[in-house]
Amino acid sequence: MSEIEFLSWVRGQGFQIAVVIFVAGVIIRFAEILMLGRKTNIAEPKGSEMSGGLRTIVTRSFPDKGTFQRSTFTVVAGYIFHIGLFVTIFLFAPHILMFKDVIGFGWPSLPTPIVDAMAVVTIIALLAVLTHRMRDTVLKFLTTKEDYLVWMLTILPLVTGYMAFHRIGLTAPTLLAIHILSVELLLVVFPFTKLMHAFTFALSRWYNGAISGYRGVQS
Amino acid sequence: MSASLEKGINALKEQVDSTVAAFFSSCVHCGMCSDACLFYTETGNPASTPIHKAEPLRRIWKAEYTLLGRVGKMFGLTAKVDDELLTNWETSVYDNCTLCGRCSMVCPMGLDIALLIRKTREGMAAAGHAPEGLIGATKRAVTIGSPMGVKLPALMAQIKHVEKDTGMTIPLDVVGAEYMLLLSSMEIMNFPEFIEATAKIFDKAGVSWTIATEAFEATNSGIQIGVADIAKELVQRIVDAAEKLQVKTVISPECGHAYMAIRWEGPNLIGKPFNFKVRHILEVLDEFRQDGRLKITGKETQRLTYHDPCQVSRRGGVIEQPRNLINMFAENFVEMPDGGKMNWCCGAGGGVSSNERADEVRLKVFQRKKDQLDEIKPDAIISACSNCRIHLEDGLEEYNMDIPLMSLTETLAEHLAD
Repeated sequence: MSEIEFLSWVRGQGFQIAVVIFVAGVIIRFAEILMLGRKTNIAEPKGSEMSGGLRTIVTRSFPDKGTFQRSTFTVVAGYIFHIGLFVTIFLFAPHILMFKDVIGFGWPSLPTPIVDAMAVVTIIALLAVLTHRMRDTVLKFLTTKEDYLVWMLTILPLVTGYMAFHRIGLTAPTLLAIHILSVELLLVVFPFTKLMHAFTFALSRWYNGAISGYRGVQS
Repeated sequence: MSASLEKGINALKEQVDSTVAAFFSSCVHCGMCSDACLFYTETGNPASTPIHKAEPLRRIWKAEYTLLGRVGKMFGLTAKVDDELLTNWETSVYDNCTLCGRCSMVCPMGLDIALLIRKTREGMAAAGHAPEGLIGATKRAVTIGSPMGVKLPALMAQIKHVEKDTGMTIPLDVVGAEYMLLLSSMEIMNFPEFIEATAKIFDKAGVSWTIATEAFEATNSGIQIGVADIAKELVQRIVDAAEKLQVKTVISPECGHAYMAIRWEGPNLIGKPFNFKVRHILEVLDEFRQDGRLKITGKETQRLTYHDPCQVSRRGGVIEQPRNLINMFAENFVEMPDGGKMNWCCGAGGGVSSNERADEVRLKVFQRKKDQLDEIKPDAIISACSNCRIHLEDGLEEYNMDIPLMSLTETLAEHLAD
């Protein structure tokens, strides 16, 4: 397979396969969760499940002072790499063109040098997160192979994207093909790993807030 | 109850619902829950990381209720739940967790981790992996009616004392009373002053109340050990008595998990709504305050703080009421750092105090409470849970701290105007 054939496969069939697995996987996972259902609470309520749930979806993004002080690194590094991922994935002009191609509409982009710098910051933050995971007593204890796999699949598109943009090492079509392939790997694995939290966090936070809100507590 | 691994696994399966699935699907192993748990912060033991304690339940969810887990199971790749696992998890689930729920307030993904551990206990108990102390307490609760083995004659003896001391009559089995007061064994045996205080307050407030001789015990070992059937039976006894006496409101006393059991889990356990209300004693007293039924005289000038019992505040929603009440008689009230819904557990709730194996660790993690108290240096501590009170007294003694413990209800009664 020539590098052009490789590129057109990852852009064509490869991309389609990855997107189908991603979309079907996410739908299956949500169905798996929601079809289990839960019993209606019949204790006399003291507050609203709905408003408690909606509030917690928002408020859980901002840790209370004590929690921030105890988990400063996790919170700060977490914020940086999540914002970095958002900017590099959704606000990079070539990516927006790709989205426009697939879903029919686009949105304004950030200047490329800013996205480029953010990519570097995000890679550094992810390296710091990995170091922390390998050294911290609790994280070392909790970490599974899946955590390392997910970390690897998350940083790969950033690194390959950075290399493709700066044409480091290989020819432009090969670098781009490798970059797209790394994203496809991420998409395929996404629904079946903790990456799902990107979608289920809202559901989980809602349940938490609803359970507390019902008892009149803001969680 | 005969226990087996199979029963344990079935019990765990029964616990899995959409909340459990959403929670486990969202965990990213960030470890922030460890920093919210006094059993980790004061011991440095990573096995006390809250989410790790729910591992048996997570394995069942993964193996039985996810596509990847089921496929993995066919090839023997999905992690199993066996007796060895449950044996290894016993201390994590029962000795090093009070179900205080602080982790549930901190998790950035919103996992109600305390709920997951509470559910894990259902499987542990069914598989025969509950601690001896809790098994004993639960057996006594079922057969005798009280986890501490307190029988009606013991209550009657205490009531006689109170009646002699106060000249008041404690109403028993009064049909049609507005309020039915429950008591914890701890109150009957160690703090009968609570009965006296409540009697005085109700008398001054001019409300009708009663104690049911057929169901006076408020505590519920079933929800601590994690056996829903027993929890249900204990709730049903209260429901039967309340219906027989046709009371409007059942009062949960100064006890944390009793409130959780009867107020929040109760109707869900028996499967039908109550035809009476359930209120914590502090909610009732705060209603009296709002109605102008409480006349207070004299002020406490000493520096007072309030220890929020987890199941009353964070898990129960009774947070502002104690503060309203304390402000009636306290001139110098000071909040604990993290007070209110983020308060730190005393270290002995959720059945830990009934579990002798956990005696060492509960006193070790009291260091957290000591640090909170050292920051504000109060002259006295008020609480609204006899279990917290006993353990706080234990902890203070262990750490050579001389701070008296006060019950909110009792202190309020001392300040009633004639």
